[in-house]
Amino acid sequence: MTDAVPPTGTGPLARREARLAWGLLFPTLAAVSLVVILPLLAVFWISFKPVGLADLRPPAPVVREDIRGDLAAPGDEATLRYRLRNSSQDQPILGVTLSDAWPEGLEAGELDPRCTIADGRLSCAFGDWEGGAREQLRIPVTATEAYFAGPGATDSDPVMGGEARNILTSFDFTLENFAQIFDGGEFWSVLGVTLFYTVFGTLGALIMGLFAAMLLNKSFKGQGILRGLYLFPYVAPVIAVAFAWILLFDPFSGSANALLIQMGVSEGAINFFGERPLALLMVTLFEIWRYFPLSFLFILARMQSIDHDMYEAADMDGASPFQKFWYLSLPQLLGILSVLFLLRFIWTFNKFDDIFLLTGGNAGTRVLTVNVYEQAFALSNIGAGAAVAVVIFCCLLLFSLFFFKVMSREEGL
Amino acid sequence: MKTLRYGSVTAPVLGALWCFVIAVTLAVAMSFATGAPFRPALLWSLLWGAGIGFGALFGAVTLWGAALGVFVLGVLGIGPMASGDGTGVVALALGHGAVALFTALGARKILEECRIGALTRHEFEEAVIRFLTGFGYIFFTAIVLIPFYVMVMTSLKNQAQLMANPLDFSIDLTQGLSLFRSYGELMTEYSFGSYLWTSFYVSVLTVLITLAFAIPGAYAVARLRFRGQALFARSILLIYMVPMIVLALPIYIAFSMTGLRNTIFGIVIIYPVTTIPVALYMLQGYFRGLPAEIEEAGLMDGLSRLKVIWQITLPLSLPALASVSLYVFMIAWNEFLLAFMLLDDPSKFTLTRGIASLNSSEVPRQHLMAGAVIATVPIMVLFLGLERFMTKGLTAGSVKG
Repeated sequence: MTDAVPPTGTGPLARREARLAWGLLFPTLAAVSLVVILPLLAVFWISFKPVGLADLRPPAPVVREDIRGDLAAPGDEATLRYRLRNSSQDQPILGVTLSDAWPEGLEAGELDPRCTIADGRLSCAFGDWEGGAREQLRIPVTATEAYFAGPGATDSDPVMGGEARNILTSFDFTLENFAQIFDGGEFWSVLGVTLFYTVFGTLGALIMGLFAAMLLNKSFKGQGILRGLYLFPYVAPVIAVAFAWILLFDPFSGSANALLIQMGVSEGAINFFGERPLALLMVTLFEIWRYFPLSFLFILARMQSIDHDMYEAADMDGASPFQKFWYLSLPQLLGILSVLFLLRFIWTFNKFDDIFLLTGGNAGTRVLTVNVYEQAFALSNIGAGAAVAVVIFCCLLLFSLFFFKVMSREEGL
Repeated sequence: MKTLRYGSVTAPVLGALWCFVIAVTLAVAMSFATGAPFRPALLWSLLWGAGIGFGALFGAVTLWGAALGVFVLGVLGIGPMASGDGTGVVALALGHGAVALFTALGARKILEECRIGALTRHEFEEAVIRFLTGFGYIFFTAIVLIPFYVMVMTSLKNQAQLMANPLDFSIDLTQGLSLFRSYGELMTEYSFGSYLWTSFYVSVLTVLITLAFAIPGAYAVARLRFRGQALFARSILLIYMVPMIVLALPIYIAFSMTGLRNTIFGIVIIYPVTTIPVALYMLQGYFRGLPAEIEEAGLMDGLSRLKVIWQITLPLSLPALASVSLYVFMIAWNEFLLAFMLLDDPSKFTLTRGIASLNSSEVPRQHLMAGAVIATVPIMVLFLGLERFMTKGLTAGSVKG
């Protein structure tokens, strides 16, 4: 009799379970890789390419066909005209061809030497086209009896062919995009603004959240209403609240300015979102205002799970309220605070909508994410935009590494 | 610090600060309500506040006497809050009365344990905390409410009224229904009705698609054992940290090339992908918390895994499904960046994209704010109605801004 040994390897049941797991995960994996991994790779690819907004449509030959003259009866003469051009002003197209169905019973006069008519088709080969090239092809035609039985001369659409170099799929690489964005002081000022916005936006939202959580960490009538109210800034659509802020702080008809002048705080109207360095301060304040509810919610949830006995013991020992906060509550909250700080730090770093809506990145508020948009769409340089995106992604990877180090220690979330 | 801990010092200091807070609050509130020029008077408010605080130490009679005095001083024009010429008598009486009343009420509450002599550290800090609490409630309520108040009121006033006095948010109720002219024009001329509908069904579809993907995925991560499970659970959150603007660029390119740009279909396939990771993360956390024994009992009774999910796990996780759905709905409803980049055709706008198109010098500000209100109200109503789910959902370990 052999000794009984525990089974090694994976049994059929375990394998079936793993198969099911992968089956259940497959849709998510497919969708995420299609819309996250693939675009990320694309961003890396594009960042090394000299691509502008106009290059998104690769150059193609364009043709328009019309007929001059009337083909009403047998024997009528007319001119069939093809107007051709290169859709791109600067990119060449190689081996341009034209092909169109040639109606039966239509007799062509003098034919361009580059074209032939055979088997009921007109085919032409134009060779290579420079950017902005235009051509006109005129074919004098005479209608015969048979022509009127079949389709007309312009009934079929001509088909163009030709090889254009598509910059997106070619293997031309350049470091110009990166050279361009790192060139000059602009990048470093953008990075500085981003760090200011991120650090102070995150810290401010945390401190405000902590304060709000302490206010509501007791049960009284109306606590639920206040809690709901304090979440408003976070729940409302960013576009609505951003425009409300712009209106509130408008230099000409804004209530904030009118209020400050009336109270004698300021002499004249202040352009809150249009002046350096005030604009940066304002967008940071907006960030704090909009996201304190989030920290507030998490901190409140943690506060309510702190064991109450501890405070009773402290009371017995004669601890004062501030001492209780400093020596008891704060250490208990440190875990959630650090996790929140890291999460919010990353998300604030990634934030685009808020600044884009408030200032459009003007007046010294251009952060990295707004710079992506600015480069790609305002300056029509997709390659440079992608290069900035790559820089953002690299920063992010650094943060995430750090984040997971802390996360695994805290397990707060 | 030690000298501060005497009732005769603590009380006037806190009283003065409190009176100033109240004066500022009421000056802003009265200005917004009546349009009349009210402003806090720094020196007077500190001085009279100190008086009320000191009075509070000697019991109710002195306190209310002091409050009455402050009210009279206010009407005479040297109170904590100053009012300009031409303010109505009612507003005047109401404003100064409110300042005196709230200062006194607050002072009584803040200083209820204080005496003239030395205070214990405990009593002193309690008083300071009560002051900070009062200040906190006013401060947070004000910063949250003012932008929304301005939003709603601006949508009801025309450009000329706004320019004439930007502080006057009083509403002329005699206009009747023409108050809501802006909303009517948005619905008829700017086809906001169709934007509302588009936003609504895009959001609902996003929720449905997200759940269809996230539920099986979350179950697999939470319950089934397979190689790479731990790594997988972690990388979900990592994916959620990729900034949208980085992805938006290639998505824009791909959509331009495939003709998906400017289609609702394109939006509906892209929105769920942005929400699937967070939904999966929230749900797997909840699934882990469910007792596995119930599911095992189901398996023993001959149900297949999929049937277990359908008949046991899902009915048990209805609250979690509700909060995830709400959260996803909110993300889709508020989404701006992708809609802004991918939609150009006004007939296909979502609500947020529609509001962005109102931001031009040709459209009056009133319309812009009316659009903002239209976008905000449904999500607020939904949120307040289901606040419990929402709060739970947000704290369930999720959440992005």
